Amino acid sequence: MIDVNKLTRPQDIRVDLRLIAEMVEPGSRVLDVGCAEGTLLDYLVATKNVDGRGIELSQEGVNTCVAKGLSVVQGDADTDLVDYPDHAFDYALLSQTLQATHRPKDVIDQLLRVGKKAVVSFPNFAYWQCRAYLIFKGRMPMTSDLDYAWYETPNIHFCTLRDFTVLCQELNITIDEYVLVGGKGNILNYEVDSTRANLFAAQGVFLLSRD
Amino acid sequence: MQLDCGAMMSDITVAYNTYGTLNEDKNNAILICHALTGDQFAASRHPVTNKEGWWNVLVGPGRILDTDKYFIVCSNVLGGCMGTSGPKEIDPETEKPYGLNFPIITIGDMVRLQALLQDYLEIPSWFSVVGGSMGGMQVLQWAAAYPERCFSAIPLATAAKHSAQNIAFHEVGRQAVMADPNWSGGKYLEEDKVPRAGLAVARMAAHVTYLSESALHRKFGRNLQDRENLTYGFDADFQVESYLRYQGMNFVDRFDANSYLYITRAMDYFDLARDHGGILANAFRGTSTRFCVVSFSSDWLFPTSESKEVVKALNAAGANVSFVEIETDKGHDAFLLDVPEMLQTIGGFMESTARSRGIA
Repeated sequence: MIDVNKLTRPQDIRVDLRLIAEMVEPGSRVLDVGCAEGTLLDYLVATKNVDGRGIELSQEGVNTCVAKGLSVVQGDADTDLVDYPDHAFDYALLSQTLQATHRPKDVIDQLLRVGKKAVVSFPNFAYWQCRAYLIFKGRMPMTSDLDYAWYETPNIHFCTLRDFTVLCQELNITIDEYVLVGGKGNILNYEVDSTRANLFAAQGVFLLSRD
Repeated sequence: MQLDCGAMMSDITVAYNTYGTLNEDKNNAILICHALTGDQFAASRHPVTNKEGWWNVLVGPGRILDTDKYFIVCSNVLGGCMGTSGPKEIDPETEKPYGLNFPIITIGDMVRLQALLQDYLEIPSWFSVVGGSMGGMQVLQWAAAYPERCFSAIPLATAAKHSAQNIAFHEVGRQAVMADPNWSGGKYLEEDKVPRAGLAVARMAAHVTYLSESALHRKFGRNLQDRENLTYGFDADFQVESYLRYQGMNFVDRFDANSYLYITRAMDYFDLARDHGGILANAFRGTSTRFCVVSFSSDWLFPTSESKEVVKALNAAGANVSFVEIETDKGHDAFLLDVPEMLQTIGGFMESTARSRGIA
Protein backbone atom coordinates (compact mmCIF):
# COMPACT_ATOMS: atom_id res chain seq x y z
CA MET A 1 0.00 0.00 0.00
CA ILE A 2 1.13 3.49 -0.80
CA ASP A 3 1.34 5.79 2.18
CA VAL A 4 -1.27 8.36 1.20
CA ASN A 5 0.40 11.03 3.30
CA LYS A 6 3.37 10.90 0.99
CA LEU A 7 1.22 11.57 -2.04
CA THR A 8 1.06 15.28 -1.40
CA ARG A 9 2.92 17.29 -3.94
CA PRO A 10 6.40 18.70 -3.50
CA GLN A 11 6.61 21.87 -1.45
CA ASP A 12 8.20 23.66 -4.37
CA ILE A 13 5.07 23.64 -6.49
CA ARG A 14 4.63 27.32 -7.22
CA VAL A 15 6.17 27.33 -10.72
CA ASP A 16 4.27 24.28 -11.82
CA LEU A 17 1.06 25.67 -10.32
CA ARG A 18 1.43 29.04 -12.00
CA LEU A 19 2.20 27.46 -15.36
CA ILE A 20 -0.85 25.20 -15.19
CA ALA A 21 -3.04 28.13 -14.23
CA GLU A 22 -1.77 30.08 -17.25
CA MET A 23 -3.02 27.32 -19.54
CA VAL A 24 -6.56 27.42 -18.13
CA GLU A 25 -9.15 29.79 -19.65
CA PRO A 26 -10.94 32.01 -17.11
CA GLY A 27 -14.43 30.95 -16.07
CA SER A 28 -14.01 27.34 -17.23
CA ARG A 29 -15.03 24.12 -15.51
CA VAL A 30 -12.01 22.40 -14.02
CA LEU A 31 -11.36 19.02 -12.38
CA ASP A 32 -8.11 18.76 -10.44
CA VAL A 33 -7.17 15.10 -10.12
CA GLY A 34 -5.04 14.50 -7.05
CA CYS A 35 -5.70 17.98 -5.72
CA ALA A 36 -3.98 17.40 -2.34
CA GLU A 37 -4.76 20.37 -0.03
CA GLY A 38 -6.45 22.25 -2.86
CA THR A 39 -3.66 24.82 -3.40
CA LEU A 40 -4.04 24.81 -7.18
CA LEU A 41 -7.85 24.71 -7.12
CA ASP A 42 -7.97 27.54 -4.63
CA TYR A 43 -5.57 29.54 -6.81
CA LEU A 44 -7.63 28.85 -9.94
CA VAL A 45 -10.87 29.85 -8.24
CA ALA A 46 -9.26 33.06 -6.97
CA THR A 47 -7.37 34.10 -10.10
CA LYS A 48 -9.35 32.52 -12.94
CA ASN A 49 -12.84 32.34 -11.46
CA VAL A 50 -13.13 28.70 -12.48
CA ASP A 51 -15.90 26.33 -11.40
CA GLY A 52 -13.52 23.90 -9.77
CA ARG A 53 -13.85 20.33 -8.48
CA GLY A 54 -11.24 18.00 -7.11
CA ILE A 55 -10.43 14.36 -6.48
CA GLU A 56 -8.04 13.51 -3.65
CA LEU A 57 -6.99 10.20 -2.16
CA SER A 58 -6.32 11.24 1.42
CA GLN A 59 -9.06 12.08 3.92
CA GLU A 60 -6.91 14.85 5.42
CA GLY A 61 -6.48 16.44 2.00
CA VAL A 62 -10.22 16.31 1.33
CA ASN A 63 -11.00 17.81 4.73
CA THR A 64 -8.57 20.68 4.16
CA CYS A 65 -10.17 21.36 0.76
CA VAL A 66 -13.72 21.18 2.09
CA ALA A 67 -12.85 23.63 4.87
CA LYS A 68 -11.59 26.03 2.17
CA GLY A 69 -14.98 25.80 0.50
CA LEU A 70 -13.77 23.62 -2.37
CA SER A 71 -15.88 20.77 -3.74
CA VAL A 72 -13.62 17.76 -3.46
CA VAL A 73 -14.44 14.07 -3.38
CA GLN A 74 -12.28 11.36 -1.92
CA GLY A 75 -11.19 9.11 -4.71
CA ASP A 76 -8.41 7.56 -6.73
CA ALA A 77 -7.25 8.76 -10.15
CA ASP A 78 -6.72 5.14 -11.20
CA THR A 79 -10.22 3.93 -10.45
CA ASP A 80 -12.65 6.81 -10.04
CA LEU A 81 -12.30 8.90 -13.19
CA VAL A 82 -14.52 6.40 -14.99
CA ASP A 83 -17.44 7.63 -12.88
CA TYR A 84 -17.44 11.06 -14.52
CA PRO A 85 -19.44 11.70 -17.69
CA ASP A 86 -17.74 12.51 -21.02
CA HIS A 87 -16.46 16.07 -21.35
CA ALA A 88 -17.97 17.09 -18.02
CA PHE A 89 -15.12 19.58 -17.63
CA ASP A 90 -13.28 22.02 -19.86
CA TYR A 91 -10.01 20.96 -18.24
CA ALA A 92 -8.88 17.93 -16.31
CA LEU A 93 -5.69 18.71 -14.42
CA LEU A 94 -3.07 16.25 -13.26
CA SER A 95 -0.27 18.03 -11.49
CA GLN A 96 2.77 15.98 -10.42
CA THR A 97 0.59 12.92 -9.96
CA LEU A 98 1.05 10.95 -13.20
CA GLN A 99 4.13 9.14 -11.90
CA ALA A 100 2.22 7.98 -8.83
CA THR A 101 -0.64 6.33 -10.71
CA HIS A 102 -0.84 2.58 -11.31
CA ARG A 103 -1.96 2.89 -14.93
CA PRO A 104 -0.71 6.22 -16.26
CA LYS A 105 -1.79 5.44 -19.81
CA ASP A 106 -5.39 4.76 -18.78
CA VAL A 107 -5.39 7.84 -16.55
CA ILE A 108 -4.32 10.11 -19.42
CA ASP A 109 -6.92 8.49 -21.60
CA GLN A 110 -9.58 9.15 -18.95
CA LEU A 111 -8.43 12.74 -18.42
CA LEU A 112 -9.17 13.49 -22.07
CA ARG A 113 -12.52 11.77 -21.88
CA VAL A 114 -13.66 13.63 -18.78
CA GLY A 115 -12.06 16.93 -19.82
CA LYS A 116 -12.19 18.54 -23.25
CA LYS A 117 -8.56 19.36 -22.59
CA ALA A 118 -6.05 18.08 -20.06
CA VAL A 119 -3.14 19.78 -18.35
CA VAL A 120 -0.49 17.35 -17.16
CA SER A 121 2.74 18.12 -15.35
CA PHE A 122 5.35 15.60 -14.25
CA PRO A 123 9.03 15.36 -13.33
CA ASN A 124 11.38 14.38 -16.16
CA PHE A 125 13.35 11.31 -15.16
CA ALA A 126 15.89 11.96 -17.93
CA TYR A 127 16.89 15.24 -16.27
CA TRP A 128 20.68 15.39 -16.12
CA GLN A 129 20.82 15.27 -12.33
CA CYS A 130 18.86 12.02 -12.33
CA ARG A 131 21.12 10.58 -15.00
CA ALA A 132 24.25 11.68 -13.16
CA TYR A 133 22.99 10.24 -9.90
CA LEU A 134 22.43 6.88 -11.51
CA ILE A 135 25.73 6.89 -13.45
CA PHE A 136 28.03 8.14 -10.70
CA LYS A 137 26.39 6.85 -7.55
CA GLY A 138 24.90 3.77 -9.14
CA ARG A 139 21.78 4.26 -7.08
CA MET A 140 18.19 5.26 -7.78
CA PRO A 141 18.13 9.04 -8.16
CA MET A 142 17.01 11.22 -5.28
CA THR A 143 16.78 14.92 -6.01
CA SER A 144 15.20 17.79 -4.14
CA ASP A 145 12.00 17.23 -6.13
CA LEU A 146 12.14 13.46 -5.84
CA ASP A 147 13.42 12.88 -2.36
CA TYR A 148 12.16 9.38 -1.63
CA ALA A 149 14.23 6.23 -1.30
CA TRP A 150 13.35 3.63 -3.95
CA TYR A 151 11.58 1.38 -1.45
CA GLU A 152 9.20 4.00 -0.13
CA THR A 153 8.53 6.25 -3.07
CA PRO A 154 4.92 6.72 -4.13
CA ASN A 155 6.32 7.48 -7.58
CA ILE A 156 6.06 4.11 -9.24
CA HIS A 157 5.84 5.05 -12.91
CA PHE A 158 8.57 7.48 -13.80
CA CYS A 159 8.88 8.62 -17.36
CA THR A 160 11.01 10.96 -19.39
CA LEU A 161 9.88 13.82 -21.62
CA ARG A 162 10.51 11.60 -24.60
CA ASP A 163 8.52 8.70 -23.12
CA PHE A 164 5.63 11.08 -22.63
CA THR A 165 5.62 12.54 -26.14
CA VAL A 166 5.79 9.04 -27.62
CA LEU A 167 2.82 7.97 -25.49
CA CYS A 168 0.86 11.03 -26.67
CA GLN A 169 1.49 9.98 -30.27
CA GLU A 170 0.35 6.45 -29.50
CA LEU A 171 -2.87 7.75 -27.96
CA ASN A 172 -3.47 10.27 -30.79
CA ILE A 173 -3.15 13.09 -28.33
CA THR A 174 -2.13 16.54 -29.53
CA ILE A 175 0.23 18.61 -27.43
CA ASP A 176 -1.32 22.06 -27.82
CA GLU A 177 1.13 23.84 -25.56
CA TYR A 178 4.02 22.92 -23.34
CA VAL A 179 6.38 24.61 -20.93
CA LEU A 180 9.67 23.08 -19.87
CA VAL A 181 11.14 24.02 -16.53
CA GLY A 182 14.79 23.78 -15.51
CA GLY A 183 16.13 22.70 -12.15
CA LYS A 184 15.97 26.22 -10.73
CA GLY A 185 12.42 26.92 -11.84
CA ASN A 186 13.64 28.71 -14.96
CA ILE A 187 11.70 28.34 -18.22
CA LEU A 188 13.62 26.59 -21.02
CA ASN A 189 13.05 27.56 -24.64
CA TYR A 190 13.80 24.17 -26.14
CA GLU A 191 11.76 22.10 -28.56
CA VAL A 192 10.06 19.36 -26.56
CA ASP A 193 11.48 16.63 -28.82
CA SER A 194 15.05 17.88 -28.55
CA THR A 195 17.78 16.01 -26.72
CA ARG A 196 18.59 19.18 -24.80
CA ALA A 197 15.04 19.43 -23.51
CA ASN A 198 15.12 15.86 -22.28
CA LEU A 199 18.44 16.52 -20.56
CA PHE A 200 17.84 19.94 -18.98
CA ALA A 201 14.14 20.02 -18.17
CA ALA A 202 13.45 19.00 -14.57
CA GLN A 203 9.74 18.99 -15.29
CA GLY A 204 7.28 19.64 -18.08
CA VAL A 205 3.77 21.06 -18.20
CA PHE A 206 1.58 20.00 -21.12
CA LEU A 207 -1.75 21.16 -22.47
CA LEU A 208 -3.30 18.19 -24.26
CA SER A 209 -6.31 17.63 -26.47
CA ARG A 210 -7.68 14.92 -28.71
CA ASP A 211 -9.87 15.34 -31.80
CA MET B 1 -51.79 15.78 2.41
CA GLN B 2 -51.65 13.36 -0.51
CA LEU B 3 -49.50 10.31 0.26
CA ASP B 4 -47.47 8.30 -2.24
CA CYS B 5 -49.68 5.26 -1.60
CA GLY B 6 -52.67 7.25 -2.89
CA ALA B 7 -54.34 7.90 0.46
CA MET B 8 -55.22 11.39 1.66
CA MET B 9 -54.38 12.35 5.22
CA SER B 10 -55.82 15.37 6.95
CA ASP B 11 -55.38 16.61 10.50
CA ILE B 12 -51.75 15.59 10.59
CA THR B 13 -49.86 16.49 13.73
CA VAL B 14 -46.14 17.24 13.66
CA ALA B 15 -44.07 17.16 16.82
CA TYR B 16 -40.84 19.12 16.55
CA ASN B 17 -38.15 20.81 18.58
CA THR B 18 -36.20 23.93 17.71
CA TYR B 19 -32.89 25.14 19.02
CA GLY B 20 -31.42 28.62 18.54
CA THR B 21 -33.03 31.62 16.88
CA LEU B 22 -34.10 32.32 13.31
CA ASN B 23 -32.25 35.42 12.11
CA GLU B 24 -33.85 38.39 10.36
CA ASP B 25 -32.86 37.21 6.91
CA LYS B 26 -34.32 33.79 7.74
CA ASN B 27 -31.31 32.16 6.12
CA ASN B 28 -29.78 30.34 9.08
CA ALA B 29 -32.27 27.49 9.51
CA ILE B 30 -31.07 23.91 9.55
CA LEU B 31 -33.32 20.86 9.36
CA ILE B 32 -32.11 17.73 11.13
CA CYS B 33 -33.68 14.52 9.81
CA HIS B 34 -33.64 11.67 12.28
CA ALA B 35 -32.97 8.00 11.67
CA LEU B 36 -35.32 4.99 11.97
CA THR B 37 -35.58 4.96 15.74
CA GLY B 38 -34.63 8.59 16.32
CA ASP B 39 -36.92 11.45 17.24
CA GLN B 40 -37.09 15.22 17.58
CA PHE B 41 -34.95 15.22 20.72
CA ALA B 42 -31.68 15.77 18.86
CA ALA B 43 -30.23 18.12 21.44
CA SER B 44 -32.58 17.97 24.39
CA ARG B 45 -33.35 15.45 27.09
CA HIS B 46 -35.64 12.62 26.03
CA PRO B 47 -38.92 12.67 27.97
CA VAL B 48 -39.12 8.86 28.22
CA THR B 49 -35.53 7.71 28.67
CA ASN B 50 -34.30 10.93 30.31
CA LYS B 51 -31.13 10.55 28.22
CA GLU B 52 -29.52 13.60 26.68
CA GLY B 53 -30.07 14.49 23.02
CA TRP B 54 -29.09 11.81 20.51
CA TRP B 55 -26.96 14.27 18.50
CA ASN B 56 -25.51 16.32 21.34
CA VAL B 57 -22.08 15.59 19.91
CA LEU B 58 -22.97 17.74 16.89
CA VAL B 59 -25.69 20.12 18.06
CA GLY B 60 -25.29 22.76 20.76
CA PRO B 61 -23.74 26.12 21.60
CA GLY B 62 -20.32 26.39 19.95
CA ARG B 63 -20.67 22.95 18.37
CA ILE B 64 -20.66 22.27 14.65
CA LEU B 65 -24.41 22.74 14.36
CA ASP B 66 -24.04 25.80 16.52
CA THR B 67 -27.27 26.77 18.28
CA ASP B 68 -25.81 30.25 18.89
CA LYS B 69 -25.52 30.75 15.16
CA TYR B 70 -28.17 28.61 13.51
CA PHE B 71 -31.87 27.97 14.00
CA ILE B 72 -32.15 24.22 14.18
CA VAL B 73 -35.37 22.32 13.58
CA CYS B 74 -35.84 18.61 14.22
CA SER B 75 -39.23 17.01 13.74
CA ASN B 76 -40.51 13.53 14.46
CA VAL B 77 -41.15 11.78 11.13
CA LEU B 78 -44.56 10.90 9.80
CA GLY B 79 -45.39 7.44 11.14
CA GLY B 80 -43.28 8.05 14.24
CA CYS B 81 -44.30 7.55 17.84
CA MET B 82 -43.12 10.69 19.61
CA GLY B 83 -46.05 12.93 18.82
CA THR B 84 -46.20 13.17 15.04
CA SER B 85 -49.13 11.35 13.42
CA GLY B 86 -48.38 7.64 13.43
CA PRO B 87 -50.04 4.28 13.99
CA LYS B 88 -50.29 4.70 17.76
CA GLU B 89 -52.21 7.99 17.50
CA ILE B 90 -56.00 8.07 17.53
CA ASP B 91 -57.72 7.74 14.17
CA PRO B 92 -60.35 10.53 14.20
CA GLU B 93 -62.71 8.32 12.19
CA THR B 94 -62.75 5.36 14.55
CA GLU B 95 -61.58 7.12 17.72
CA LYS B 96 -59.24 4.19 18.25
CA PRO B 97 -55.49 4.00 17.64
CA TYR B 98 -54.77 3.72 13.92
CA GLY B 99 -52.81 0.49 14.22
CA LEU B 100 -52.64 -1.10 10.79
CA ASN B 101 -55.28 1.31 9.49
CA PHE B 102 -52.54 3.89 9.30
CA PRO B 103 -51.68 4.38 5.60
CA ILE B 104 -48.36 3.09 4.29
CA ILE B 105 -45.92 5.98 4.26
CA THR B 106 -42.73 6.69 2.31
CA ILE B 107 -39.60 8.76 2.74
CA GLY B 108 -41.19 11.13 0.20
CA ASP B 109 -44.22 11.55 2.47
CA MET B 110 -42.01 12.26 5.48
CA VAL B 111 -40.22 14.98 3.52
CA ARG B 112 -43.49 16.42 2.16
CA LEU B 113 -44.67 16.84 5.73
CA GLN B 114 -41.38 18.49 6.71
CA ALA B 115 -41.87 20.90 3.81
CA LEU B 116 -45.29 21.83 5.25
CA LEU B 117 -43.56 22.44 8.57
CA GLN B 118 -41.02 24.64 6.74
CA ASP B 119 -43.92 26.66 5.28
CA TYR B 120 -45.53 26.91 8.70
CA LEU B 121 -42.28 28.19 10.22
CA GLU B 122 -41.99 30.66 7.30
CA ILE B 123 -38.50 29.51 6.37
CA PRO B 124 -37.97 30.16 2.64
CA SER B 125 -35.04 27.79 2.36
CA TRP B 126 -33.00 25.68 4.73
CA PHE B 127 -29.38 26.67 5.05
CA SER B 128 -28.76 22.97 5.37
CA VAL B 129 -30.63 19.69 5.61
CA VAL B 130 -28.65 17.17 7.64
CA GLY B 131 -29.15 13.55 8.61
CA GLY B 132 -27.68 10.07 8.85
CA SER B 133 -29.02 6.67 7.79
CA MET B 134 -32.77 7.08 7.19
CA GLY B 135 -32.16 10.76 7.98
CA GLY B 136 -29.72 10.76 5.07
CA MET B 137 -32.40 9.26 2.83
CA GLN B 138 -34.63 12.19 3.75
CA VAL B 139 -31.76 14.58 2.98
CA LEU B 140 -31.40 13.08 -0.50
CA GLN B 141 -35.17 13.18 -0.98
CA TRP B 142 -35.18 16.83 0.09
CA ALA B 143 -32.44 17.70 -2.39
CA ALA B 144 -34.28 15.87 -5.17
CA ALA B 145 -37.81 17.13 -4.43
CA TYR B 146 -37.11 20.66 -3.20
CA PRO B 147 -33.68 21.71 -4.51
CA GLU B 148 -34.56 25.42 -4.28
CA ARG B 149 -35.45 24.96 -0.62
CA CYS B 150 -32.11 23.57 0.50
CA PHE B 151 -28.92 25.59 0.13
CA SER B 152 -26.82 22.66 1.26
CA ALA B 153 -27.35 18.99 2.04
CA ILE B 154 -25.34 16.69 4.28
CA PRO B 155 -26.32 13.02 3.82
CA LEU B 156 -24.36 10.80 6.22
CA ALA B 157 -23.99 6.99 6.20
CA THR B 158 -26.84 6.58 3.76
CA ALA B 159 -27.92 5.41 0.32
CA ALA B 160 -30.23 6.42 -2.51
CA LYS B 161 -31.98 3.06 -2.21
CA HIS B 162 -32.42 0.35 0.39
CA SER B 163 -30.36 -2.71 -0.54
CA ALA B 164 -31.69 -6.28 -0.67
CA GLN B 165 -29.64 -7.10 2.43
CA ASN B 166 -31.14 -4.17 4.32
CA ILE B 167 -34.67 -5.08 3.27
CA ALA B 168 -33.91 -8.61 4.46
CA PHE B 169 -32.85 -7.41 7.92
CA HIS B 170 -35.93 -5.24 8.18
CA GLU B 171 -38.13 -8.18 7.24
CA VAL B 172 -36.54 -10.21 10.05
CA GLY B 173 -37.40 -7.40 12.46
CA ARG B 174 -40.97 -7.07 11.26
CA GLN B 175 -41.56 -10.81 11.40
CA ALA B 176 -40.23 -10.86 14.96
CA VAL B 177 -42.76 -8.18 15.94
CA MET B 178 -45.63 -9.87 14.15
CA ALA B 179 -44.76 -13.29 15.59
CA ASP B 180 -45.26 -11.94 19.10
CA PRO B 181 -48.80 -13.00 20.20
CA ASN B 182 -49.12 -9.69 22.03
CA TRP B 183 -48.93 -7.88 18.70
CA SER B 184 -52.54 -9.04 18.18
CA GLY B 185 -52.70 -8.29 14.49
CA GLY B 186 -51.52 -4.74 15.21
CA LYS B 187 -54.35 -4.01 17.68
CA TYR B 188 -52.27 -4.39 20.84
CA LEU B 189 -53.01 -0.85 22.04
CA GLU B 190 -56.74 -1.44 21.97
CA GLU B 191 -56.20 -4.66 23.91
CA ASP B 192 -53.81 -3.02 26.34
CA LYS B 193 -50.90 -5.28 25.40
CA VAL B 194 -47.36 -4.60 24.20
CA PRO B 195 -45.43 -6.95 21.89
CA ARG B 196 -42.31 -6.44 24.00
CA ALA B 197 -40.51 -9.66 23.13
CA GLY B 198 -41.01 -9.29 19.39
CA LEU B 199 -39.96 -5.66 19.24
CA ALA B 200 -36.95 -6.35 21.47
CA VAL B 201 -35.76 -9.13 19.16
CA ALA B 202 -36.21 -6.81 16.17
CA ARG B 203 -34.10 -4.20 17.89
CA MET B 204 -31.43 -6.72 18.88
CA ALA B 205 -31.04 -7.97 15.31
CA ALA B 206 -30.99 -4.42 13.97
CA HIS B 207 -28.52 -3.29 16.59
CA VAL B 208 -25.95 -5.81 15.40
CA THR B 209 -26.16 -4.26 11.94
CA TYR B 210 -25.37 -0.83 13.38
CA LEU B 211 -22.01 -2.01 14.72
CA SER B 212 -19.03 -3.70 13.14
CA GLU B 213 -17.36 -6.98 13.94
CA SER B 214 -14.26 -5.23 15.21
CA ALA B 215 -16.31 -2.83 17.35
CA LEU B 216 -18.16 -5.79 18.91
CA HIS B 217 -14.87 -7.54 19.48
CA ARG B 218 -13.28 -4.43 20.99
CA LYS B 219 -16.25 -3.77 23.28
CA PHE B 220 -17.06 -7.30 24.39
CA GLY B 221 -14.77 -9.95 22.97
CA ARG B 222 -15.86 -13.25 24.49
CA ASN B 223 -16.04 -11.73 27.97
CA LEU B 224 -18.50 -13.25 30.37
CA GLN B 225 -21.22 -11.23 32.06
CA ASP B 226 -20.85 -11.01 35.87
CA ARG B 227 -19.67 -14.60 36.16
CA GLU B 228 -16.49 -16.61 36.28
CA ASN B 229 -17.61 -19.61 34.27
CA LEU B 230 -20.04 -20.69 31.59
CA THR B 231 -23.39 -21.71 33.05
CA TYR B 232 -24.15 -24.42 30.48
CA GLY B 233 -27.55 -22.87 29.84
CA PHE B 234 -29.26 -20.18 27.79
CA ASP B 235 -28.80 -17.35 30.21
CA ALA B 236 -26.83 -14.34 28.94
CA ASP B 237 -23.39 -15.76 29.71
CA PHE B 238 -21.62 -13.39 27.37
CA GLN B 239 -21.41 -9.63 27.76
CA VAL B 240 -22.49 -9.15 24.17
CA GLU B 241 -25.72 -11.07 24.85
CA SER B 242 -26.42 -9.07 27.95
CA TYR B 243 -25.77 -5.85 26.05
CA LEU B 244 -28.16 -6.77 23.26
CA ARG B 245 -30.88 -7.82 25.68
CA TYR B 246 -30.48 -4.51 27.45
CA GLN B 247 -30.69 -2.62 24.14
CA GLY B 248 -33.82 -4.57 23.20
CA MET B 249 -35.61 -4.02 26.51
CA ASN B 250 -34.77 -0.32 26.63
CA PHE B 251 -36.02 0.20 23.13
CA VAL B 252 -39.42 -1.29 23.84
CA ASP B 253 -40.04 1.35 26.50
CA ARG B 254 -39.64 4.21 24.08
CA PHE B 255 -40.79 2.89 20.73
CA ASP B 256 -44.06 1.73 19.24
CA ALA B 257 -44.03 -1.65 17.48
CA ASN B 258 -46.33 -0.58 14.65
CA SER B 259 -44.26 2.55 14.07
CA TYR B 260 -41.30 0.22 13.66
CA LEU B 261 -43.18 -1.72 10.98
CA TYR B 262 -44.26 1.40 9.11
CA ILE B 263 -40.94 3.21 9.19
CA THR B 264 -38.86 0.19 8.21
CA ARG B 265 -41.25 -0.25 5.29
CA ALA B 266 -40.76 3.37 4.24
CA MET B 267 -37.00 2.75 4.12
CA ASP B 268 -37.46 -0.45 2.11
CA TYR B 269 -39.54 1.41 -0.46
CA PHE B 270 -36.95 4.16 -0.88
CA ASP B 271 -35.37 4.12 -4.33
CA LEU B 272 -34.60 7.59 -5.58
CA ALA B 273 -33.40 6.39 -9.00
CA ARG B 274 -36.63 4.50 -9.63
CA ASP B 275 -38.55 7.71 -8.96
CA HIS B 276 -36.49 9.40 -11.68
CA GLY B 277 -36.67 7.07 -14.64
CA GLY B 278 -34.10 4.66 -13.27
CA ILE B 279 -31.28 7.20 -13.48
CA LEU B 280 -30.17 8.58 -10.13
CA ALA B 281 -28.44 11.58 -11.72
CA ASN B 282 -31.86 12.74 -12.98
CA ALA B 283 -32.89 13.29 -9.37
CA PHE B 284 -30.31 16.06 -9.11
CA ARG B 285 -30.21 17.68 -12.58
CA GLY B 286 -29.74 21.42 -12.48
CA THR B 287 -29.36 21.50 -8.72
CA SER B 288 -27.46 24.33 -7.10
CA THR B 289 -27.51 22.68 -3.67
CA ARG B 290 -24.05 22.05 -2.21
CA PHE B 291 -23.56 18.49 -1.01
CA CYS B 292 -21.27 17.02 1.60
CA VAL B 293 -21.52 13.22 1.51
CA VAL B 294 -19.90 11.21 4.30
CA SER B 295 -19.52 7.45 4.69
CA PHE B 296 -17.73 5.29 7.24
CA SER B 297 -15.24 2.56 6.38
CA SER B 298 -16.69 -0.08 8.73
CA ASP B 299 -20.37 0.62 7.93
CA TRP B 300 -21.66 -2.53 6.29
CA LEU B 301 -25.32 -1.50 6.46
CA PHE B 302 -24.81 1.60 4.31
CA PRO B 303 -21.36 0.91 2.92
CA THR B 304 -19.16 3.47 1.19
CA SER B 305 -20.11 1.99 -2.19
CA GLU B 306 -23.67 3.31 -1.65
CA SER B 307 -22.40 6.81 -0.91
CA LYS B 308 -20.16 6.61 -3.96
CA GLU B 309 -23.22 5.84 -6.10
CA VAL B 310 -24.75 9.05 -4.82
CA VAL B 311 -21.54 10.99 -5.47
CA LYS B 312 -21.28 9.53 -8.95
CA ALA B 313 -24.84 10.64 -9.73
CA LEU B 314 -24.19 14.09 -8.30
CA ASN B 315 -21.07 14.41 -10.44
CA ALA B 316 -22.99 13.27 -13.49
CA ALA B 317 -25.56 15.97 -12.72
CA GLY B 318 -22.77 18.53 -12.39
CA ALA B 319 -23.61 19.19 -8.75
CA ASN B 320 -21.32 20.77 -6.18
CA VAL B 321 -20.30 17.77 -4.15
CA SER B 322 -17.69 16.93 -1.56
CA PHE B 323 -17.28 13.40 -0.31
CA VAL B 324 -15.16 11.71 2.29
CA GLU B 325 -14.99 8.19 3.69
CA ILE B 326 -14.10 8.35 7.38
CA GLU B 327 -11.79 5.60 8.65
CA THR B 328 -13.36 4.16 11.78
CA ASP B 329 -14.26 0.77 13.24
CA LYS B 330 -17.48 2.10 14.79
CA GLY B 331 -19.75 0.81 12.04
CA HIS B 332 -22.99 2.42 10.88
CA ASP B 333 -23.57 4.11 14.24
CA ALA B 334 -20.41 6.20 13.73
CA PHE B 335 -22.51 9.12 12.50
CA LEU B 336 -24.05 9.40 15.98
CA LEU B 337 -20.74 9.23 17.81
CA ASP B 338 -17.83 11.47 18.62
CA VAL B 339 -15.71 10.73 15.55
CA PRO B 340 -13.28 13.67 15.25
CA GLU B 341 -12.66 13.24 11.51
CA MET B 342 -16.40 13.38 10.80
CA LEU B 343 -16.74 16.48 12.96
CA GLN B 344 -13.84 18.11 11.07
CA THR B 345 -15.36 17.33 7.70
CA ILE B 346 -18.85 18.57 8.53
CA GLY B 347 -17.45 21.52 10.48
CA GLY B 348 -15.27 22.65 7.58
CA PHE B 349 -18.15 22.27 5.16
CA MET B 350 -20.57 24.18 7.40
CA GLU B 351 -18.12 27.04 7.87
CA SER B 352 -17.32 27.49 4.21
CA THR B 353 -20.99 27.17 3.17
CA ALA B 354 -22.02 29.63 5.89
CA ARG B 355 -19.50 32.10 4.45
CA SER B 356 -20.96 31.80 0.97
CA ARG B 357 -24.49 32.11 2.37
CA GLY B 358 -23.42 35.27 4.18
CA ILE B 359 -24.20 33.97 7.65
CA ALA B 360 -21.78 35.60 10.07
